[in-house]
Amino acid sequence: MTFALCVLLLQGCAGWQSALDPKGPAAGELAWLIWFFTALCAVVWVLVMIALVAPLVMRSRPGDEPLLLDEAAERRKMRVVAFAVGLTAIILIGLTLLSFFANRTLAAIGSEAALTIRVTGHQWWWEVRYEDATPSRILTTANEIHIPAGEPVRLLLTSTDVIHSFWIPSLAGKLDLIPGHMNVLDIKADKPGVYRGQCAEFCGAQHANMGTFIIAEPRPKFDAWLNDQLQPAGAPASGEAKAGADLFLKRPCVMCHRIGGTPAGGTVAPDLTHIASRKTLAAGTLTMSRGNLAAWIADPQGIKPGSHMPVADLNGDELNAIVAYLEGLK
Amino acid sequence: MRQALAMLLPVTLALVACQREERDTRPQSALGSGEQPTPVTTLEPGGQRPSPTDNKAASFEANAFHMSEGKRLFSWFNCSGCHANGGGGMGPALMDEKWLYGSSIESIHATIRDGRPNGMPSFGQKIPDDQIWELAAYVRALGGNAPSSAAPQRNDGMMVHPSENRLPDAATLGKSP
Repeated sequence: MTFALCVLLLQGCAGWQSALDPKGPAAGELAWLIWFFTALCAVVWVLVMIALVAPLVMRSRPGDEPLLLDEAAERRKMRVVAFAVGLTAIILIGLTLLSFFANRTLAAIGSEAALTIRVTGHQWWWEVRYEDATPSRILTTANEIHIPAGEPVRLLLTSTDVIHSFWIPSLAGKLDLIPGHMNVLDIKADKPGVYRGQCAEFCGAQHANMGTFIIAEPRPKFDAWLNDQLQPAGAPASGEAKAGADLFLKRPCVMCHRIGGTPAGGTVAPDLTHIASRKTLAAGTLTMSRGNLAAWIADPQGIKPGSHMPVADLNGDELNAIVAYLEGLK
Repeated sequence: MRQALAMLLPVTLALVACQREERDTRPQSALGSGEQPTPVTTLEPGGQRPSPTDNKAASFEANAFHMSEGKRLFSWFNCSGCHANGGGGMGPALMDEKWLYGSSIESIHATIRDGRPNGMPSFGQKIPDDQIWELAAYVRALGGNAPSSAAPQRNDGMMVHPSENRLPDAATLGKSP
């Protein structure tokens, strides 16, 4: 019965966001460490409990002279205590060494990273910047991080407002994003897939709605994606979208957002150049669809109260036109 | 009974401390806000603030949350591009006591919304009305016209002027000769 319950509970530990379902070398190392620590500590706990219960069950009869020391028995007890202390020291030192070697493995992952991505935490979204020696090949996007599968990637983590924490449980341990300081996290995904991440340091009202996705793809697919994203936004296709593009520049959108290839150049909110190619909206809060786009623009404070996306005074036609434009930005 | 009352008093006092300023980030009506006529001159009968007074003004004027939001927007929207952190550059200084178009929050709101001659652009279409009010509240704090208990505190980074809650009070100090 208990076993069945444990199996059921552990089922919840699989999936796209689980430290117990590792999909990369760093997470694998950590998962192994977690299981080994848990197993060893469980054994120690059982031994301690046995040692505690055994004397209660097998009580020795008090001798004739309680004050008289039985030297042989005392020596026996001394040996048991010395053995337990020695074993504890060996186990603790052993576990320390294991953590140390696991840490060395983690540190070695990114030593040959060819790709460097700067991840900046904002309340409450992630700015993602692909570094490149050629300025025209620097890409800025948001919330979704595409990486080539099977290759180490170096992430530079920082923040502009408060402390956030970057955690992709399936790929690596968590690391803080600290304003004015750069942390380095190396990750590697063994296989292509989508891995969910979450801000792991309470950062304000919408901390829970600050998700991110790592999308690991085979190298050719990743290169194609990067080249697509580097292109400026496509021209609006329909008349409605064209009106939306005009409105985007005239209404509040333009104050904060950037769309490559247009005069919209704000850098304080997510880059929308290819927003429709992303899977989610508002840092994993909504799935990408025309309806959700419209809902998000019409009432961001109802969906994500306290977020810095304001309620823009748009009428229905304006809203529809802007959504038509954004939905075409693949 | 008396003991129960004695217990209740500190609990009540502690709970009173949980009261905090309201933070309304979701305007009730998205349309039709900020429809006051534009004052184009500071010449007002009796030198009073331009009328009619917008009923939004009071909820933004001395509100710490709105002023700190205004401070964030002031840098996000690059007001410093012309007003240089309040010290003035291409645009006039905002931290002195010279107000070309009036120092009331309604006047500043109208300035941001509709623009002013010789350079100040109109942001009425580009900034939602509530955010204009927040900016206006902050600009007043820059000039020492906000209560120091509500004005924003120092930045995390280096500041080019004392924090807004330590600027000299406009009513008593800091007047130009």
